Amino acid sequence: MLRLIAQRLGLGLLTLFAASVLIFAGTEILPGDLASAVLQNSATPESLAEMRKELGLDRPAAVRYVEWLGHAVEGDLGRSLASHRDVVEEITPRLKNTMFLAVYAAVVAVPLAVVLGLMAAIWQGGIYDRAVNFVTLLTISVPEYLVGYILIKYLSVRLGWFPSLANVTPDTPLLERIGLTFLPMLTLVLVVMAHMMRMTRASVLQIMASPYIEMAFLKGLPKWRVVVRHAFPNALAPIINVIALDLAYLIVGVVVVEAVFVYPGLGQLMVDAVSKHDVPLVQACGLIFAGAFILLNMTADVLAILTNPRLRHPR
Amino acid sequence: MNARQAGEHVLQVDCLRVEVRTDRGPGPVLVDNVSFALRRGEVIGLIGESGAGKSTIGLATLGYTRRGCHISGGTLDFDGRDIRQMTAAERRALRGPGVAYIAQSAAASFNPAMTLFEQVCEIPVRHGMMSVQQARTEAVRLFRELELPNPERFGERYPHQVSGGQLQRAMAAMAMAAKPDILVFDEPTTALDVTTQVEVLAAFRKLIREHRTAAIYITHDLAVVAQIADHIMVLRHGKTVEYGTAGQILQSPREEYTRRLVAERVAGHTFRDDLASAETPILEVSNVVASYHSLLRVIDGVSLDVRRGDTVAVVGESGSGKSTLARVIIGLLPRQSGDIRFRGDSLPPRLAARSRDQLRRIQMIYQMPDVALNPNQTLLEIIGRPVQFYFGRPREQVRARVLELLRMMDLPEHFIGRKPGELSGGQKQRVGIARALAAEPDLIICDEVTSALDQLVGEEILRLLKRLQDELGLAYLFITHDLGTVKRIANKVVVMLKGKLVAGGETAKVFAPPYHPYTELLLSSVPEMRSDWLDEVLSRRAQTLQAMRDAQIQLVP
Repeated sequence: MLRLIAQRLGLGLLTLFAASVLIFAGTEILPGDLASAVLQNSATPESLAEMRKELGLDRPAAVRYVEWLGHAVEGDLGRSLASHRDVVEEITPRLKNTMFLAVYAAVVAVPLAVVLGLMAAIWQGGIYDRAVNFVTLLTISVPEYLVGYILIKYLSVRLGWFPSLANVTPDTPLLERIGLTFLPMLTLVLVVMAHMMRMTRASVLQIMASPYIEMAFLKGLPKWRVVVRHAFPNALAPIINVIALDLAYLIVGVVVVEAVFVYPGLGQLMVDAVSKHDVPLVQACGLIFAGAFILLNMTADVLAILTNPRLRHPR
Repeated sequence: MNARQAGEHVLQVDCLRVEVRTDRGPGPVLVDNVSFALRRGEVIGLIGESGAGKSTIGLATLGYTRRGCHISGGTLDFDGRDIRQMTAAERRALRGPGVAYIAQSAAASFNPAMTLFEQVCEIPVRHGMMSVQQARTEAVRLFRELELPNPERFGERYPHQVSGGQLQRAMAAMAMAAKPDILVFDEPTTALDVTTQVEVLAAFRKLIREHRTAAIYITHDLAVVAQIADHIMVLRHGKTVEYGTAGQILQSPREEYTRRLVAERVAGHTFRDDLASAETPILEVSNVVASYHSLLRVIDGVSLDVRRGDTVAVVGESGSGKSTLARVIIGLLPRQSGDIRFRGDSLPPRLAARSRDQLRRIQMIYQMPDVALNPNQTLLEIIGRPVQFYFGRPREQVRARVLELLRMMDLPEHFIGRKPGELSGGQKQRVGIARALAAEPDLIICDEVTSALDQLVGEEILRLLKRLQDELGLAYLFITHDLGTVKRIANKVVVMLKGKLVAGGETAKVFAPPYHPYTELLLSSVPEMRSDWLDEVLSRRAQTLQAMRDAQIQLVP
């Protein structure tokens, strides 16, 4: 089993490496280069060549890639072109915000989705099952910005329960932060819950067709116990995988929600950086996103391995 | 529930009827007008082929029906109450403490994610009859009674960590944990090897006798039920064919169907006497060694010859390497050393390196026709493909050849447009045979071709294979664990144990004294119709095992 896990970790590192190549190549083929971005309107062919030489852009891409990667491994992601600040300094508060919102949404969504999914499996085909399926399908089909605006309209504007703007600063206290980010959190929960809940329901129901489930019923066990104790542990692997994908989405894919609630997250920063041709910042954001994605999927793989009793308890 | 006097009926089933419920009203009837009564300490055997409704009856006594079915008539009187009238909660209380179930495949019926203790203790603990500690003590006592290894610690294991025979006994412990009034055994030894079956059967019988539990024993094997049942009910298509004491059914069956079942079982003990095979072997396997990834040899120095017209049986228990041998000959698993010569030429170890002609001349028929046929293709495509592939015939000739093959298989010609899903198990296996024959092979490897089929259907397939051999001069390599089949159809046999050949030669000689001890163990483990067979084999077994120890043969690695 340790070998399997080590294998997954190795694969994860390899994927991260491949992603870094793609990110570098991607910023490389952006129209215009660093030099023209820095000089902007004052660019003349001579000054451009001068600047390229100064920035080391006249060297081959492979050399620059190795240099960039080397620095990145050491924790040096370069300087922002727009603000001339250290990229790490620029990113850190934004990353903290993104992580806070992701964790906040996950802490609410994961247990809720799993419990709702299990209940749907227990009352399969009943009114509750159909209602939950319908509602979650609805929330997943509506674009997230619309969900955000609807929530703002009713919960914030009409009822005034929650603020519509999530304008947190690094020194906002935790409790206030939880209140300020409640609506963006709720939006994200509504978006990701359907996946997890439906996967929980589907994989539990698939297990429910197994002979050992019939056996559990023939032992006179009540249905809730059969579902929770006998079916759920065997249905974990696919559920964990979907949760990991959704968590990755919570970190990587929330630009639109950040925009709706004016939340200073990493996604916004990256979009801004792209429009400003701030290449070091774009690369750094890309690396962090790729890293988060790979780390979560790797964790899911390892957990899925751990849920298999055959691997956990070899003969 | 245990304070009942002997002699009184524990269960009385009257005119039981179980139907499938479809969206368009009532569907097929699975069980029709079945009645029987069960006293304390009494065992009733339900016997029949698949689709006879045996399992449905067994499950109905727990107030349970599979998806889409329901009990539509009759009464099931348990302890003075009709199971059909019970509320859901009363039914739950019945399952486990009242009637307990032992399923066919323990491997599939134990939850892979829970320890054996957790599962065995679940009935008494969840029904509030014992504390966890008491239940554990009881489980250990049952493990000891069922002769499971290291009973104190056995329950700490997970299902995949113990052998099939042990798991089957653990399931009996699970059913007994709450001391039920009735045990329902649903084909509990069918998935086991013959030598294991004897031990498990003996353990079950001891359990029933010592606890004076009433039992319903469901099986398709008359010889198995002969060892354990007081009464036997023969079922067919959900109806009772014949019901009587075990002795009457086995010795003087009244109904034609019962007679056929009994006759087929007895027919399993005659030798094939025609030994008309050619001189030069078409297949020579010499000293072949093969393994999967690891260093452990799955096939270790195996040699055998197959001549034209031969049927060579390869027998052994699961894990003996007999199916691997087939894969090595076919080339799916390349051999590591040794040689395989076919019609005088050495066959390349790998499938990909063999010529089209070499591929064509060796064909295979599989154990499970359900998975060996593409469900999305018509019989024309399935059987026509090898005709086209090996002989490149034009379309109308392919069709004509497929029709000819269907006729040879005794299948109607209009089946040509059907798909496997529309055929019965026996018909599917005939299609598998037709596909192999379409390549016009010299040798057909038959891998457990009848073990997924009902007894009488399997007999027909064997007769068909024999007829084809006489007509076409085919050679068969027949892989099986069913020694009865071997005696009847194979002129030669090799016995495998843990990848090695322990005996081989003409069937009549291998299966006659002086035996190799392992051959004797295998032969003696095949259930016989006599009701004293189990006692006899158990007393003889001790001697056989001693002989095997003397010859330094180990059954378990």
